[in-house]
Amino acid sequence: MFASHLQPNLSPQSVEKSPTRNGYGDGLLEAGKRDENVVALCCDLTGSTRTDKFAAEFPNRFVQVGVAEQNLASVGSGMAAMGKIPFIASYAMFSPGRNWEQIRTTIAYNDANVKIAGAHAGVSVGPDGATHQAIEDMAIMRALPNMIVIAPADEHEARKATLAAAKHVGPVYFRLGRSATPVVTTPDTPFEIGKAVQMFSRDESLERKVGIVSTGSLLFNSLMAAEELQKNGVGASVLHMATIKPLDEEALLAFAQEHDVLVTVEEHQVAGGLGGAVAEYLSGVHPTKISRVGVQDEFGQSGEPDELVEHYGMGIDSIVKAAREGLE
Amino acid sequence: MVAILMTIMQYLTSQEITELEFKANEIRQSIIEMLTEAGSGHTAGPLGMADVFTLLYFGILKHDPKNPDWEERDRLILSNGHICPVLYATMAHAGYFPVEELLTLRKFGSRLQGHPHRQSLPGLETSSGPLGSGLSQAVGMALAERMNNPYSAKFMYCLTGDGELQEGQIWEAAFLAGKEQLNNLIVIVDRNGIQIDGYTKDVMPMEPLAEKFEAFNFDVQEVDGHNIRALNDAIGKAQAVYGQPSVIITHTIASKGVDVFERDFRWHGNPPGKGPEDRVTKDKQAEVALEKLRTLAGTINTHDA
Repeated sequence: MFASHLQPNLSPQSVEKSPTRNGYGDGLLEAGKRDENVVALCCDLTGSTRTDKFAAEFPNRFVQVGVAEQNLASVGSGMAAMGKIPFIASYAMFSPGRNWEQIRTTIAYNDANVKIAGAHAGVSVGPDGATHQAIEDMAIMRALPNMIVIAPADEHEARKATLAAAKHVGPVYFRLGRSATPVVTTPDTPFEIGKAVQMFSRDESLERKVGIVSTGSLLFNSLMAAEELQKNGVGASVLHMATIKPLDEEALLAFAQEHDVLVTVEEHQVAGGLGGAVAEYLSGVHPTKISRVGVQDEFGQSGEPDELVEHYGMGIDSIVKAAREGLE
Repeated sequence: MVAILMTIMQYLTSQEITELEFKANEIRQSIIEMLTEAGSGHTAGPLGMADVFTLLYFGILKHDPKNPDWEERDRLILSNGHICPVLYATMAHAGYFPVEELLTLRKFGSRLQGHPHRQSLPGLETSSGPLGSGLSQAVGMALAERMNNPYSAKFMYCLTGDGELQEGQIWEAAFLAGKEQLNNLIVIVDRNGIQIDGYTKDVMPMEPLAEKFEAFNFDVQEVDGHNIRALNDAIGKAQAVYGQPSVIITHTIASKGVDVFERDFRWHGNPPGKGPEDRVTKDKQAEVALEKLRTLAGTINTHDA
């Protein structure tokens, strides 16, 4: 059963779509209105990271850094040292891809209050191809002490994550998507950094029990897969973990205990991201069979977003298949 | 003792300059002692920059060692973190922490990490070591300060090495500093001509360096990095420049003050006791260095120093 706070009548045919980066743009503007210390920096991608709304409203609090992501990260750190709350945006492939060391030393090690928005994450970037499809970003950011890592599901959650990041004191990374993806949540759907939210509850009369753990915009495919499994006699639930660091261990442990097997779903390499985080935690406290849906140690390519998500095994059918294989 | 001067640039009397020179000498002795005790670390850069650091902490910076988080302080951002022995030694002599603590450098649990960690020691403005990032942070600080107060007289002093200028990020930051006309940014380059693998002219030539910075819209000065009066004048001018960031290329002698270590790139990353032996054997390096400093290379009697 779908959680009551989600959009009504979710289906592939009827669902509304919007890119998560739109939620960032709205959230950043709102955060800027709420706190005059919020500043925004961007590397020649002001429009496509949706930093433009903030830049238009607060031109004196916006810094155009040019094509220089290493500088972006450390300028952000310097501004944070003076009490600003910098939001630094580029494509995830370049920030945190190119400037990871600057993020490590000048932001994470300093525990600097910088918010890092990595747009164009995942293969759903589409036609630009593998060079621009960040599918390792959560792994490299999750390994950093002090860093919070969030993959919002849709534009509403991206907006909430942006506002929550502005309030949180310390470094935050959140990944955003380029293409329009399903709007699943509503302004009323709960969001809190570090808290998982159950988005679909299984039919308890069904004997076999699959728990799907999702992050990012694949929440929608996870929900559709859960519905499909239940229609075919398999109990399925979806726990959405927008924050993969810190992991909501309490919710995850309870979820694992309530299900026979788990399936993790992320638009990211299966190594080091959500699947890795879930496996690392559960292996120590409640060893659980886990099927990891995501990119299987390969690079992306050009194509249409949906076709790439399907091709790399993250479509609805792939999630259903992973669940069935897990139960075997 | 040299009084800590809290005001912006001023004329230094001959007496004050002499006092600063003696202070720099004490700081160099501390550098030798702490590196020897640590058994690892960098010698050439810290000794070479002792005059610059002494002038900054005892004559230039608005700061308060007893209140390191004082909001109105100037910011000193050390970009080439590996020369931190001179930063730590100068801070200790300025009163940030006991001079005895210098002997904990690089040891387990010490606040004096092998490369600076901001959160370990009050008074540090950032963590550094990986080269090239400090200038960007100083640019960020300068931008933030200007947003807060366009008439601010708070300065961001960014210290960099010369080998460090081979990092691309330096020039990304220089682009932005020039574009934003950050007159509250003063970069001080330690132009000692050496880096780990050899002389900078051999590893990666960087001349004409002044012209490079000029091309990025910096006001550029070149001075003798061991002449306190010249340094003082250059910083005074840099503070007065409006509409441009400033860079002061300080020509320094690597390992300055210990003539048997001077100008030799092999002292870049070795402490006394582990350096090249063609002039002094390892077992005598610390002792000889301290003796050289205490006697100003044999020109004065120890008891007068």
